[in-house]
Amino acid sequence: MIEVRKLSKSFKGQPVLKGIDLEVAAGEVIAIIGPSGSGKTTLLRCLNLLEVPDSGSIRVGSIQIDATRPLHRQKELIRTLRQHVGFVFQSFNLFPHRTALENVMEGPLVVKKEPRGSVLERARHLLAKVGLAGKEDAYPRSLSGGQQQRVAIARALAMQPDVILFDEPTSALDPELVGEVLATIRDLAAEKRTMVIVTHEMNFARDVANRVIFIDQGVIVEQGEAKALFAHPQHARTRQFLHKFLGEPSH
Amino acid sequence: MIEPLQLVWDSAPYLLRGAGYTVFLSLGGMFFGLVLGFVLALMRLSRFKSLAWISRIYVSFIRGTPLLVQLFMIYYGLPQLGLQLDPLPSALIGFSLNMAAYISEILRAAIASIDRGQWEAAASIGMTPAQTLRRAILPQAARTALPPLGNSFISLVKDTSLAATIQVPELFRQAQLITARTFEIFTMYLAAAVIYWVLATCLSSVQNRLEARVNRHSRDT
Repeated sequence: MIEVRKLSKSFKGQPVLKGIDLEVAAGEVIAIIGPSGSGKTTLLRCLNLLEVPDSGSIRVGSIQIDATRPLHRQKELIRTLRQHVGFVFQSFNLFPHRTALENVMEGPLVVKKEPRGSVLERARHLLAKVGLAGKEDAYPRSLSGGQQQRVAIARALAMQPDVILFDEPTSALDPELVGEVLATIRDLAAEKRTMVIVTHEMNFARDVANRVIFIDQGVIVEQGEAKALFAHPQHARTRQFLHKFLGEPSH
Repeated sequence: MIEPLQLVWDSAPYLLRGAGYTVFLSLGGMFFGLVLGFVLALMRLSRFKSLAWISRIYVSFIRGTPLLVQLFMIYYGLPQLGLQLDPLPSALIGFSLNMAAYISEILRAAIASIDRGQWEAAASIGMTPAQTLRRAILPQAARTALPPLGNSFISLVKDTSLAATIQVPELFRQAQLITARTFEIFTMYLAAAVIYWVLATCLSSVQNRLEARVNRHSRDT
């Protein structure tokens, strides 16, 4: 489904990603964990070219972007890729001047130019699915953070993407609202949707992800089956990180 | 006291015809100012450095020189370069070019004030930059831009009186002509002032209604 080869990125001469190789199979749920500044968010943002990689290649389905070629020559390709890759932001980024329903309808209507009737029906269905039936006409401002993030998830789903990327989807939420968003993502995992999730919620990563990737200082230090990696981390850095996060001896 | 009132009544047709020119120049200057100002703002925000610089220099020149001088250059100066324009088109061009500079600054600031996350959210569902501007950025930027745009517009309404100096028979010019005939100087200028005031007030109420419209979504529902 996704294939990343030798992806590199630096900010102002500071390398953030050092030749990342990554494969994601269809139906797989992958959690990317790692200390802040490790490059995990940058990696995720590179996957749909919100961040411009310095070199390497990204393939989603049959769409291949070569970062060594100038990206403005691949604009059309990048837009096509983004229609297949949903993205859920840490800070939701809903359109504040549109209602919940309009936010969800925006992509299919404007980008895919689908007929209004079917988009409306799908958008209502998706809002109900994320537990927001009745909130169709609410503006983002009047919704809680958790509700806004669920609208954002519905907005991503409305494009009927092949894969959804989540960038720390609960980090901007009040603690009591984290659960509802995680539950929504859990439901999506149960449907065998392909998802890549950058998260600090270790228990969630362990329970929901098939595979966990630990990134530190721009390289993938360790990856493996979620429960195994949490139970028996192979590298010292992984052990250290998990120990800090879980507050328990890591084996 | 009756006599001046009678005079105002008698000259009302002239004053109102003048006010017609005032409204025409205000609306025309605002319209073309918005169109050109939007282009200048986009040039300024463009990643092409040369476009950004052209826009910068234009805005700097227009804002750094008196409107009166600009009007004189167009009406009295251009004929020397072989371009003879009538008073009304000269004034319309002058006001449009002048407004464009101020409006471009307002629009540039309003567009730049929109959170980067909005561009990214639009990009993430595959929107083109043009779609993003139209659907996501401009509706929000309009909210920020409307109050200063309204102020600029009211300034323009009053500044159109400068067109009197290049022979446009607008409101102030009409008042001048009547005072020259009747010597009721204070009364006539007061009458003209009241008409400017009424125009400006009507236009602000339009502005308020527009602001209420674009602010719909920020009311809690």
